[in-house]
Amino acid sequence: MLGLGADLLWADMNRLLAFLFHQGVLDEQFLQLQQLQDETSPNFVSEVVNIYFHESEKLLTNLRASLMEREFSDYKKMGNHLNQFMGSSSSIGAKRVRNVCVAFRAAAEQNNRAGCLRALEMLEHEYCYLKNKLHELFQIEQQRALAAGVRYPVQD
Amino acid sequence: MDTDAVVSFDHVSPEDSHEVHVLAVDDSLVDRKVIERLLKISACKGFFLDGKIAVTAVDSGIRALQFLGLDEQRRTSESDGFVPSLKVDLIITDYCMPEMTGYELLKKIKESSMFREIPVVIMSSENVLPRIDRCLEEGAEDFIVKPVKLSDVKRLKGYMTTKEVKVGSHDRGSGVEINNKRKLEEEEETSDMSSSPPSISTLSSSPSVSSPSSSPTSSPTVLASPIRRLKMSTTD
Repeated sequence: MLGLGADLLWADMNRLLAFLFHQGVLDEQFLQLQQLQDETSPNFVSEVVNIYFHESEKLLTNLRASLMEREFSDYKKMGNHLNQFMGSSSSIGAKRVRNVCVAFRAAAEQNNRAGCLRALEMLEHEYCYLKNKLHELFQIEQQRALAAGVRYPVQD
Repeated sequence: MDTDAVVSFDHVSPEDSHEVHVLAVDDSLVDRKVIERLLKISACKGFFLDGKIAVTAVDSGIRALQFLGLDEQRRTSESDGFVPSLKVDLIITDYCMPEMTGYELLKKIKESSMFREIPVVIMSSENVLPRIDRCLEEGAEDFIVKPVKLSDVKRLKGYMTTKEVKVGSHDRGSGVEINNKRKLEEEEETSDMSSSPPSISTLSSSPSVSSPSSSPTSSPTVLASPIRRLKMSTTD
């Protein structure tokens, strides 16, 4: 029994999603995640995305700390961090973040510190944008669910 | 949900003879969550035996070997007749992992007389042909390029070994043909065992062909199992 409010929010959600797809921020893997969500796992997408945020922030912190070191030289380790970041980004459909990781990795392979710093800034920016947008999406989704009278399972 | 767990483990009772048990190995927690969910959804859509599946997800090759009882400390396990209480029907592992790659794990499994029969599928975010060839040559059933999708997991059905098939003393001819580099259509045909008894009928229920979005109808005996969601929808 969807009230008018829920319908409007549904439209908002789809509009935001369409926008994010159009901008290349998200790709079809995000849709795949949504298909894995059902009444037995109603918060699957936000759970996975929250794990992703948690892991990504650690990775970003490590990347920045490494590059800021005066005697930084461990490009290989940075490459490993980037591979991880690339992998998890692609698993949730974070296309733009993933693409920046690719460019970042190329700079690391060339031991190009300045290039790495630029890529890191771009990565932080893209990641921030993604996080804000996904939070927005989840908020709309929650509001819509409330408006539609759906009860969320009690989390313990 | 214990998001910090490095091993997530479904309770599996040895009496569940129709339950498929998958061991998933990936150092990324995000990927472990996704693959676990993909497997469970596939199971309840009827892609696997009776919709029952148990997934054990571990974060490294070393833990995978420990789980199987193949690690260094248990080297005697093969000689003293140790049998793990939980049969593993499929191992799906990431390629790029620190300390032990998926390839190295694959080799260890194929070198073991006890576990070499278990089908191993490799996942990787990199579509590197020499890497794929090397894995297939070493005995991997398949190689999935990440990100993993539902359609990829549907393919896994054909690689599953089951207790019933095992009882037929590894008679490959009776059903699942383990054949490297097999194409999707081929695999759907060889897994079609129309004359098989109902307990392994999901292997026979695969439609020959086409549309990746059609899910096979599951065995007629399925609904006895106390599975929460039995969504036998035909849409992805």
